[in-house]
Amino acid sequence: MTDEPLLRVSALSKFYGSRVGCENVTFDLWPGEVLAVVGESGSGKTTLLNCLSTRLLPSSGTASYRMRDGQWRELYRMSEAERRFLMRTDWGFVHQNPADGLRMTVSAGANVGERLMAVGDRHYGRIRATAVDWLSRVEIDEDRIDDEPRAFSGGMRQRLQIARNLVTGPRLVFMDEPTGGLDVSVQARLLDLLRGLVTDLGLAAIVVTHDLAVARLLSQRMMVMKDGRVVESGLTDRVLDDPRAPYTQLLVSSILQV
Amino acid sequence: MATPLVVSDVAKSFTMHLRDGVTLPVVTGVSFSIRAGECAVLGGPSGAGKSSILKMLYGNYAVDEGQIIVQHGGGLIDLASASPRTVLSVRRHTIGYVSQFLRTVPRVSALDVVAEPLVERGEDREGAREKARSLLAQLNLPEKLWALPPATFSGGEQQRVNIARGFITEHPILLLDEPTASLDAKNRDVVVELIAAKKAAGVALLGIFHDLDVREAVADRVIDVSAFAAGKIAA
Repeated sequence: MTDEPLLRVSALSKFYGSRVGCENVTFDLWPGEVLAVVGESGSGKTTLLNCLSTRLLPSSGTASYRMRDGQWRELYRMSEAERRFLMRTDWGFVHQNPADGLRMTVSAGANVGERLMAVGDRHYGRIRATAVDWLSRVEIDEDRIDDEPRAFSGGMRQRLQIARNLVTGPRLVFMDEPTGGLDVSVQARLLDLLRGLVTDLGLAAIVVTHDLAVARLLSQRMMVMKDGRVVESGLTDRVLDDPRAPYTQLLVSSILQV
Repeated sequence: MATPLVVSDVAKSFTMHLRDGVTLPVVTGVSFSIRAGECAVLGGPSGAGKSSILKMLYGNYAVDEGQIIVQHGGGLIDLASASPRTVLSVRRHTIGYVSQFLRTVPRVSALDVVAEPLVERGEDREGAREKARSLLAQLNLPEKLWALPPATFSGGEQQRVNIARGFITEHPILLLDEPTASLDAKNRDVVVELIAAKKAAGVALLGIFHDLDVREAVADRVIDVSAFAAGKIAA
């Protein structure tokens, strides 16, 4: 474990006019750590994720990121071009709907290869070999490499989106309901895959989910949000097994037992 | 002798916000320490707070008051007020825990479930699997089950996977929550041997054992939890 965090977020707020998106969110994220952000729809978790990934600019507050060269950079003071470069290389963003994160009309191989070209790789043979390798890591058969994701099932599309994001070796991945909308059996496979990849690659990740089981399986730390504010945070198993805030107790007690 | 775990004046209660904020006191004034190479057993009736104490020592339950001082990474830390990151580091390196039930992950084989804590501590996967195999064999788990995810195993089989996972590392402190509850006599004896080996290696053990034979065989002393009953004035 490194002694320095990867991301430092301080008093981050986003208002939509007079409505609160998220308010006064503060936390540090360390390399290799998976943080789950849970809460019901409208609790501000996606707003927070979009601010952190600089897809949205916050109304106030700061977020600093430690670049590969060890320099700390203030995210909201970077130029648009710098932010986009970060997004293409050192970060990943896994959308709930794979169609938002994939190019649906180019082949699976090109979807993965495109990210490599964005970081400067130009060697066709190497790009294709890396794409094949990544497809197999997300359990997509090599003979599907020239198919378009349109022809893939929902679970396969999501796995392809993950490969596309991880191929450049990012250090931080944002995930918005990565298993939402998938069948339970497909969900289990995807979760297991994600869990393995995160551990093997030592990724830091911020996972937004309303599914507490997903949070338990993937994350070490958890933040519970309600009405744009963080009402409770801590170790994932502590928050779930000994919830303190009234809202967390309500969430945990609402889980259906199977 | 070294004392890797000191608990002083720990209190715990649950506030049930969904039940009009009713407060359920669990324990108060919990104070004891465990020496290296000794196995202490938490005694007392069901509901006295034995499991809650173990869970606080593992950072799984929050602590309302008091301190849990642990020797960790060459220094002392207070687990009761430690950051989540510190608690994770303590779990990885210092405190092991064998829970009553195995929380399984879909699709991960029993062998890898057992090997995982070693891999997390930086051992190479094959070496970790080798140790996992030898522990599972010692605990008489049929070899044909090793490659399967434990979700479909019987209670006793799952518990043996859980025990192997807890005993595989060399954590200096080991917490045991009824590790023998669903085991037959033969496997209970194996667990007793494993505990004896840990004691000989200088591990500080704290456990809950309802099985009197096992308790007799492993306990150096019993800590009576009813002395910490909340609502009772400590003498």
